[in-house]
Amino acid sequence: MEKRRLIYLDNNATTPCDPRVVETMVPYFFERHGNAASRSHQFGWEAEEAVDYAREQIAQLIGAEDKEVIFTSGATESNNLALKGVFEMYAKKGNHIITAETEHKAILDTCKHLEKAGAEVTYLKVREDGLIDLAELEANIRPTTILVTLMWANNETGVIQPMREIARICEKHGVLFHSDATQAVGKIPTLPRETGIHLMSFTAHKMYGPKGVGALYVSRKNPRVKVTAQMDGGGHERGMRSGTLNVPGIVGFGKAAEIARLEMAQDAERISRLRDKLEQGLTKLEETKINGNVQSRMPHVTNISFKHVEGEGLMMTFNQNIAVSSGSACTSASLEPSYVLVGMGLGDDLAHSSIRFSLGRFTTEEDVDFAIESVTKGVNHMRELSPIWEMYKDGVDLTKIEWSAH
Amino acid sequence: MAYSEKVLDHFTHPRNVGVLDKSKKNVGTGLVGAPECGDVMRLQIEVDQETGLISDAKFKTFGCGSAIASSSLATEWLKGKSVDDALRIDNMDIVEELALPPVKIHCSVLAEDAIKAAIKDYQEKNGVVAGTTTPAATV
Repeated sequence: MEKRRLIYLDNNATTPCDPRVVETMVPYFFERHGNAASRSHQFGWEAEEAVDYAREQIAQLIGAEDKEVIFTSGATESNNLALKGVFEMYAKKGNHIITAETEHKAILDTCKHLEKAGAEVTYLKVREDGLIDLAELEANIRPTTILVTLMWANNETGVIQPMREIARICEKHGVLFHSDATQAVGKIPTLPRETGIHLMSFTAHKMYGPKGVGALYVSRKNPRVKVTAQMDGGGHERGMRSGTLNVPGIVGFGKAAEIARLEMAQDAERISRLRDKLEQGLTKLEETKINGNVQSRMPHVTNISFKHVEGEGLMMTFNQNIAVSSGSACTSASLEPSYVLVGMGLGDDLAHSSIRFSLGRFTTEEDVDFAIESVTKGVNHMRELSPIWEMYKDGVDLTKIEWSAH
Repeated sequence: MAYSEKVLDHFTHPRNVGVLDKSKKNVGTGLVGAPECGDVMRLQIEVDQETGLISDAKFKTFGCGSAIASSSLATEWLKGKSVDDALRIDNMDIVEELALPPVKIHCSVLAEDAIKAAIKDYQEKNGVVAGTTTPAATV
C-alpha cells in the first residue's frame, strides 16, 4: 500500500523533536540516569553537569546569565509561576496587573485565579491588526500596578507585539514586565535583558525540543526580580521551583536552544519564503482575508479566513493529509469561535472561517505546493455546499438576513 | 475525534446538493442556523401534488462535517416520504444513523429544524395550517 502523504502545518501547536535533540537526550535515560541534586556520587555529578551545560546553552540563546534560567515543566507552569509568584512577592507594592484579551489561556486563566485572590486585572483590547495600543497601556498604569504581562508573539496569528516600546513604558513607571514568549523563542531573536523584559516564559516543544520541559527567565540584576515559589519542596532552582529536574528533557532543551541559536536566521529566511508562497497561493482564492498585522509577524505563521466556509468542515476536506488548526471549535452547542480573532474585531462568522497554518524547520516546498492544491480544492468543495456562498454570489446582503440563532 | 465512516461518506460525497425553484408553489424552503454560530442549513422539498409525496429534496450547508452529513442524510430520507412521515424524522434517528458523538448532536437538531422549516414553508404556501394535515394512519 502506498504510504499516505501526511503534512504537518501545525507547528504552533508543537514542533517535532529534532533528531539531533533526541540523540543528545538518549544517554540520560539509562547510562547517565542520575539525579542532578545528588551531590555525593558520579551519577549525580554527571547529571548536574549536563543540566549546567543545557542552562548555559539556553542562556546563550536568550542573551541571559545561566542563573537567570529557571527550569519548569513547560510554558504554562512558567506563566503560572511568573504571575502568581510576582503577585505574592510584590503584594506590598500593589495588586494591579495589566494584560491583553488575546493572551494565551495560561495567562488569562491565571489572571482570573488571581482576581479571586484579590488582584485587579486590566485586560487591554487589541487593535484590528492584533497589536496593543501603547498609549492605552500607559494610560492604564496605576500606582498599584505591579506587573504588565504581554505575549511576544500570538499563537493563533503570529502577530509580534512591540516589546521594546512596552518595556520602555514599564521602565518609565517602574513596573515589572513579563512576556509569554512561547511562540517566539528559538524562531526570532528574543533577548529579554537587552529588550527590557524582566520575566519571560518559554518551552522546549515549540522549538524542536521535547515536551514537558520549559523555563522562566527571571532577571537577576537591574532589577533583581524574585518570585514566590508555587511548588514547595527541596528548594531546587534557587528556591523558586522545587522538584527533581527532568534531566533528559533539559539536555534536549539545551540542544534545541543551541541549534536554534545557530540556525535561526537561515530557518527563518527559508520558512518565511515558504509561508509567503503558501499565503500567496491561497489568497488567490476569492474572498479571503489574512488575519493580523503582516509587517509585525512571525516568519512561519499565517492565519487566513476563507469567507462563507466553516473552518472545521474545511479542515475535514484535507485533514487526512494535512494537519492545521481552525479558529472554529464546533464542539459544543455554543460553537465558540476563536476569542483571539474575535478580540481583533473579526465577526464570529469570519472567525469560524479561519485556518491557522504554521510551518516549521521540516516543512518542504513540496509540502507547501501540496497544501495549496488541497486547501484550494477543499475551499471550492465547501463553497459548492455553502448556502451563504451562493447567496453572496447572488448578491444577497447577508447582514440583512434574519438568521435563526441557535 | 475521529469521524464515523458514514459521516465521512456523506461529507465526501454529499447527496442532493443544490437548489430547487422556491417560487414554485409545491416547493418548501427551510433556512436555519446563523453564520455567527458556525452553521447554516438550507433544506428544500418538492412535493408531488397528486401523490402528496416528497418527490425531490436538496440542501446546502455551511458548517462542520457532521452538519453537512446530517443534512445530506436528511434529504435522502425525505425523498419518497409523505409530508406527515417527514415530520416524524427525529434528530436522534440521524444521531444513530451517523454515529454522531454527543458534541455533534446539535448538528442533527439543526437538520430536524431544517426539515420542519421546509415543511412549514410548504404548508403555508398551500394554505395548510401546521398540525392539521391529514391524520396519520398510525396515530
